[in-house]
Parts: sequence; C-alpha cells; structure tokens
Amino acid sequence: MTTDFAVEVKDLKVYFEIKRGLVEDLFSKKKKILKAVDGVSFNLAKGEILSLVGESGSGKTTTGKAILQLVETETGEVKFFGKEVKPKDRHFMQSFRQKAQMIFQDPYQSVNPRNIVLDIVAEPLDVNHLVKTRQERTARVKLALEQAGLEPAEDFYHRYPHELSGGQRQRVVLASSMIMDPTFIVADEPVSMLDASIRTGILRLMLDLRDTKQLSYLFITHDLSLAWLISDRIAIMYLGKIMEIGNADEIIHRGIHPYTKALTAIMPTPGVNKRKERIVLPGETPNPTEDLLGCKFNSRCPMVHDLCWEKSPELIEIEKGHLVACHLAHKL
Amino acid sequence: MKIKDFGKAIFKNKLALTGTVTLLIFILVATFGPLILPFSTMQFGEVEDILLSPSFAHLLGTDDMGRDVLANLISGARISLLIGAVATAISMLIGTLIGILAGYFGKGIDNLLMRFTDFFLVIPWLPLMMVLAAILGTSLWNIIFVIGITGWAGTARVVRSQTLSVRERQFVERSVSIGAGHAHIMFRHILPNVFPLVFANTVLVAAVAIISETTLSFLGLGDPTMASWGMMLHYAFAGGATAAGAYWYYLPPGICVVLVVLSFTLLGYAFDEILNPKLRGR
Amino acid sequence: MTLLEVKHLRTYFQTSKGLYKAVDDTSFDLDHGEALGLVGESGCGKTTCALSIVRLLPKEGKIHGGEICLEGTDLVSLGDEEIRSRRWKEVSIIFQGSMNALNPVMKVGDQIAEAIVLHEKISKQEALVRAGELFELVEMPVDRINNYPHEFSGGMKQRVMIAIALACKPKLVIGDEPTTALDVMVQAQILNLLEKLRKELNMGLILITHDLSILAETCDRIAVMYAGKIVEFGPVEKVFENTAHPYTERLIACFPHIGKEKIIPASIEGIPPNLFEPISGCLFYPRCHKAIPLCAVQEPEMEKTGEKHFASCHRIGEA
Repeated sequence: MTTDFAVEVKDLKVYFEIKRGLVEDLFSKKKKILKAVDGVSFNLAKGEILSLVGESGSGKTTTGKAILQLVETETGEVKFFGKEVKPKDRHFMQSFRQKAQMIFQDPYQSVNPRNIVLDIVAEPLDVNHLVKTRQERTARVKLALEQAGLEPAEDFYHRYPHELSGGQRQRVVLASSMIMDPTFIVADEPVSMLDASIRTGILRLMLDLRDTKQLSYLFITHDLSLAWLISDRIAIMYLGKIMEIGNADEIIHRGIHPYTKALTAIMPTPGVNKRKERIVLPGETPNPTEDLLGCKFNSRCPMVHDLCWEKSPELIEIEKGHLVACHLAHKL
Repeated sequence: MKIKDFGKAIFKNKLALTGTVTLLIFILVATFGPLILPFSTMQFGEVEDILLSPSFAHLLGTDDMGRDVLANLISGARISLLIGAVATAISMLIGTLIGILAGYFGKGIDNLLMRFTDFFLVIPWLPLMMVLAAILGTSLWNIIFVIGITGWAGTARVVRSQTLSVRERQFVERSVSIGAGHAHIMFRHILPNVFPLVFANTVLVAAVAIISETTLSFLGLGDPTMASWGMMLHYAFAGGATAAGAYWYYLPPGICVVLVVLSFTLLGYAFDEILNPKLRGR
Repeated sequence: MTLLEVKHLRTYFQTSKGLYKAVDDTSFDLDHGEALGLVGESGCGKTTCALSIVRLLPKEGKIHGGEICLEGTDLVSLGDEEIRSRRWKEVSIIFQGSMNALNPVMKVGDQIAEAIVLHEKISKQEALVRAGELFELVEMPVDRINNYPHEFSGGMKQRVMIAIALACKPKLVIGDEPTTALDVMVQAQILNLLEKLRKELNMGLILITHDLSILAETCDRIAVMYAGKIVEFGPVEKVFENTAHPYTERLIACFPHIGKEKIIPASIEGIPPNLFEPISGCLFYPRCHKAIPLCAVQEPEMEKTGEKHFASCHRIGEA
C-alpha cells in the first residue's frame, strides 16, 4: 500500500523517570514522571515542511528525537513511508538510519571536535560500509560539501571544526546528513545559534535541497516567524501536546488557540510600531513533572473555563486541515 | 590539541620541561649506556675489589661482589624502566578497556565491572603483590604481570567518569542517528576524547609501577637474575653495605628511583595543566 | 547634559596572536531615560564596548584611547578606586546569561543585599528591606525573597539579576543580551519590565543584542556595530526607514517580516574581517552590495545623514 505520507505519527508518548533523592526513592513507591511528549499525532506529506513550534518544555525536540528512535517511546506508532518503524528490527533500522537524518542545533557540539571535516562528512558512509575505496569516499564527500555550498571542497577536507565559522560548520553538518541521500530530515533549531546574516544562507540551502531531492522536513523551532517563513504547516506545542496545527498562514493570521494568539501577539511586526502595548501572557511554563488535570494550558489561559480544569481537549478539525485542541474552539 | 601545540606547551611549562629532560636522560642512558660500559655487570671482581669506595677506576665504587656499581646502575636503569613501561602499558590497557566499557554500556555491565574494579581498588596493593609474587614465582614476566594486574583500578574509575561525560555529548547522539554501532562509537568518539586523560594518568601510573617494582625487588621478590635498581638495593642491604658504610652502593639506585618517579610526577602535574585549559596560567 | 557620551573609544586586546582591535573608534551618546539599542553580530565588539564602560574588561583588554563621559566625567581618566565607587551606583550591568551566575547556596535576598552593602554604607537589615522593595519593582512576590536560586525559573532569575543591577539606583543600566537565553514569552515579559522601569526611574538603558527585531519596539536610538566600529547611529525610526548604511540595510532584511510575502532574504555572503590584521578602506567593503572603488582604499568617516542620524559610508547622500 503506497502512501502520500513520509511520516505518520500516532499518539506518541515519551515519558522520563526523574531520579529523586535517595530517601524519597527508598520510602515512596510513586515515581516522578516527566511527560515530555504526551500524545502527539500528525502526518507529514512527502516534500512537505512541517514546523513544530514551542517554548522550552514543550516537547518539540523530544518528539523529533522520538520519531528518529533516539529516545525510547512509552507508546505510540511511527510509520515511515507506510512502514511501521520497529526499533528492534536491525535490518529495518539500518536502512531507516540512512534515510531519516537529524540536524542538531549546535553545530559545534554535534561534531567531534577532534575529527577533520573529511572524516565528519564521511562518517555515515564509514559506519554503513557504503564505500569501498578511498577515492570513492573522497568523491562522495566532495559532492556533499559542494552541495552544501562549501567550495572548493578540497579546502575544507583537512580543517577542524574550530577552524570554521558557525555557518560553515552547519554546512558541514548538512553535508554529512545529505551524503546518504536521505528522504526525511528532522532539523532541530538548525539556525538559532547562527548570526542572522548567515541564517538565511542555511535556510535557502535547506529549501533548495528540498526542491531538488524531494526531502520532507520536520523543522523544530521556538521562532514563530522563522516557522512561518519556511514551512508549509505549523504545529504549536505546549507541555507535550499539540495545541493547534494547520497551514502556516492560517496559524499566523487566523490562529484560534489562546496560546497561538499569545505567541503571534509578541511577534515583531514590520516597521517601527513602538509603544504599542505588547499583550504578554503572564507567568511561565509550569513544571512538566506535576500531574496536570485538564488542559495543559489552563494555568495561563485568558479564556479558561471550568471544563478546562477537568478534561483535556482533543484536537478537533475546525476547518479543513486546521485542527485545534481547545474546549472553546468553536466560539473563538 | 595537536602534537605540535602539545610539544610547545611542554616547552613553556617549567615543570614539564624538567620532568621530560630528566626522563630523556635516563632513557638515553638506559638505551645506550651498556654500550659504553667498560665493565660487564656480572663480571665478578677479585676478592680484594669488594666494596671499594669510589675512585677513578670505579666511579661509584664496587659492590659486595666486586662488580662496578656504576655499570650495575646503568644496566639496572634498563631493567627498571622496562619493567615500569611494560607494566604500565598493561595497566593502562586493562584500565581503559574496563573504564570505557563500564561507562559506555552503563547499568548491569557498569555495575559488574565497577564492583570488580572496587575490589582491586580496595585491596592493599603491597600484600596482594607479595602474595601473587610468592605464588607465581619471581621471573621478570611474572613481576611485570603482577604490577600490571594491580595498577589498573584507578585508571578504570577515571576513564569511566570521562566516558560517562563524553557519552552524553551531542556528537555521540549524532553518531547513533547515522547508524553507528557500539564499537564505532567507542573507538572513534569515546576513546579519542578520553585519551588525553588516559595519557596524563599513564604518567602517574608509571611512577607507581617503578616504585612497585623497586619495592618488590627490595623485599626479595624480584627476579634475581635481573639487576634492577630494586635488586641492587636488595643486595646492598643483604650484603651488608649499610653496616660497612658503603653509601656508594645503596644511595645511587635509591636516588635514581626517586629522580625517575619525581620526573614522572612532574610530567603528570604538567599534563594536567596543559590539557585542562582552565588550570593554565594566562 | 547628556547621560553618556562615548567618544572615539578604542579598546584593544593584547593576545598571543597579536593586537586585537575589538572596539576601534566608536562614538555614540545617550540621554537620561533613553534606551539605546546596540546591535551587531557575534564578534562585532558590542560586549567589549559595554565592558569598557563599566571597566570590567578581562586582563588582556585595555582602553587605548577615547573618552567615556558619564554625566560629564570621563570614566577613562579615572583610577581603579574611583571607578569602583561609581560602579553600580551610577552605572550597572546585567551580563549575558548572568542568571546562571547566582550563588546557588545563598538566598536571593541576601545576594541583592550584598550588592547594596558593598556600595553603600547601610546595614544589612536596611539592605534587606531595600531588597524587598526591589523585588516589588521587578514584579516578583516579596515573600520569595528568602528562596534559593534553584527554586526560581529562568525568567524569575533574570528578574533577580535586574533587581541586583538596580540595587543602588544607577542612572544607566547596560543589559548585555538580557533575554537571549529565555523563552519568547518570558523575553517579552522582561522587555516590558525593562521598559516600565526605565520610565519609572528615568533610567538610561543600553540594550545589547544581536536580534534587531526586539530593538525596534523597545529602543529610542539604535547603534549598529560591525567589526569594532559603529556604522550607523540614530533614532530608531530613521535607522529603519531611512537606512543609510548597506550593512544595516542587509541586516534588517535578514529578519522575517510577517504579513509580507514569504521571501527568504538573501544572506550576507562572506565573513567579518580578521581584526588582527590591518585593513585599509571600509571594513564592510568585501561584503558590500553598494561598494565602489573608493571603499577599498579609504575608510569612511561618520557623517550626518539626517536629524541626529549618522552613518559611515561613502555613498551617503546619493539619490
């Protein structure tokens, strides 16, 4: 059965057990659980860019890692091009790891500072035994570096990460991710540690690669304007759940969920619109280890009702392709 | 750090420089010394040559068998340093391997390996070595084995700690995400990042190894056919050099041991400073 | 009298690789109660500028020239003791990521009091009372003054840092990327708070950041820094609408504007110059889309391009 979806995620849950003090561990049976991802479902079409947007503690990074099987999931099903992802199936995982890649946030931390660029970019090939000769290895690295905009590639082979600028490092990381011709990439805040003037270079590159190689992206970011700029659809996450998901323009201009509205309200607007009262949500994201009944957003929601304290809302389709998890969705 | 920068750093650091130079002198003497000795170490002298005080003919005098002390000292350097080096290599190999395996796999394997390590860490090494030496016999290789087998525990702990921290770094996670297996990650990512620590640790383990050998030999558990410095000390005391006031027999080997161990220790402190940029004086 | 006047400041670092000209001939000024946004990318020298004003440079850094006039007094000419007596009482600084610099084993109230007692001759009791007042000022519940840092969230810790910076009622506060490590919502809260405090206390504020978008709504004036120099300086509306310097122009374009079409702006090719080497001509020349041959040989001076608006570019005034 063929499918139009690159990735299908259903009811994904990632729970972490928190270590408490020795005394508590000895005397109390109740475990302290951090529900990093608490029931996330969405589908990513082939060639689509979906952004997961949220603040710290929203679970967006953990969701990305869980899909790539880099963290253990509590429950949930992930399908990759129609096939269920089974972490225990070594044969499947070997090909999965070649086709599904991750780009990490910090380009300095995500590469071994003691490796030269040539080895960093070739590592996926080495690990999967995809090349037989040295020449082939170097040739493929050259191609990958050039695709990532690092030319002439030979100049970069023997450099160490600390000899490169932030933008160059991130391109090396991209080259290394692209060298196995993946079909799906999870990009975790790939430009947030870069200066604004070089961000756009990396973003353009990512978009070009999407066009030429039919890549599908899951783009994780806290920057809503960036998400709007680059993605087809946006999913807003809060404390491990998706609050709203839909077309990028819809979310930005016609967002329904109170949290979405709060986020769009503080986005910078063009021109200088000073002294306009920024309507800012009070308080901060609560501690995710506390068991929260009802809607996760109830402690900060300006529209909170009694029902919000009792029952957690489901994601309901308000318009075609636009889903919201809010009891008051129809009224807003 | 690259080798070149490392070399420069050693040059600048006075402690490191002293230690390195001293060690180099000893190594050179140990390697080439026997070639320039006018006397064979085992050549017994005449009875009237026993315990002669230092003179032009015998720069450090003679021992209780009439042999030239300086000759013995130089060939003893070879033995002592060799034993020290090989035993250290064994310790470091075992310690690093166990440390990395324990730190990388964690949980059950970690527990098992660390309890095993704790055993070796806690047992007093001298009695253990004495017992092992007594059981296994006193040949050269047995001594090396005994010292090597008892010196790895500290290294294992330190390597495990470092492995735990390297394991959490993002490039390891990335390696997993591109399909790397355990062996690849351990050799390509963990080991190189643990190596500087291992290197700094090696130097101190070597110091301990040399002292261990000297101690064992002095107590009579060393290889009697190999005249290491420890054996020289043993024979010196056994042969009554102290009673006879023949300082030229027992002082030189002792001083040599101290100098070698001291230079290793200086190197160890210096490596720590060089490899840990925060300790470096600006 | 203007609150702060920085004239031709030069701060250089003596490193093993040579002399690093972190800040090279920068000038700007600030009035009482005004907010100045100092914007630039990594390595442009904005933090060094801030540290020069409060004289908290690392060992290798030294002010090689220029004046920093705080209400008429040139801080550069003062000795260490005199600077120390002025620090915190007249000008204070919130360092980058400073919320992680709180002492974990000391109550926050005590830490605020410590800052007060170090600079003013009042008792610890009085200082603690003042700390309570400061807590109110930064919108924190006063009963939490005896909590430890780990009991607070990131945003609240930053409010504590602001309270510490305000402890001695300075006339000028410098915030070095005060919101960078925080969530967007908390960032907005903190910016609102700084705005409120500025008005209430008639405090001068220098906000250092790499994020142009937050400056547009919070600052009166903007200074754009590149490779150790200020390339454009003026009222925020003028800088945004009548942009004079090509770098500023390109930088503004790098920040997405919601509502307009989705165009990924072009990035600025190349990398900032190596400040260890002497460079002739304009520092931005290799990356400038408006470069002319003159730019390669002659460094442009700061010129007036509008009311209180200055920029250093040879192409100012062209149609």
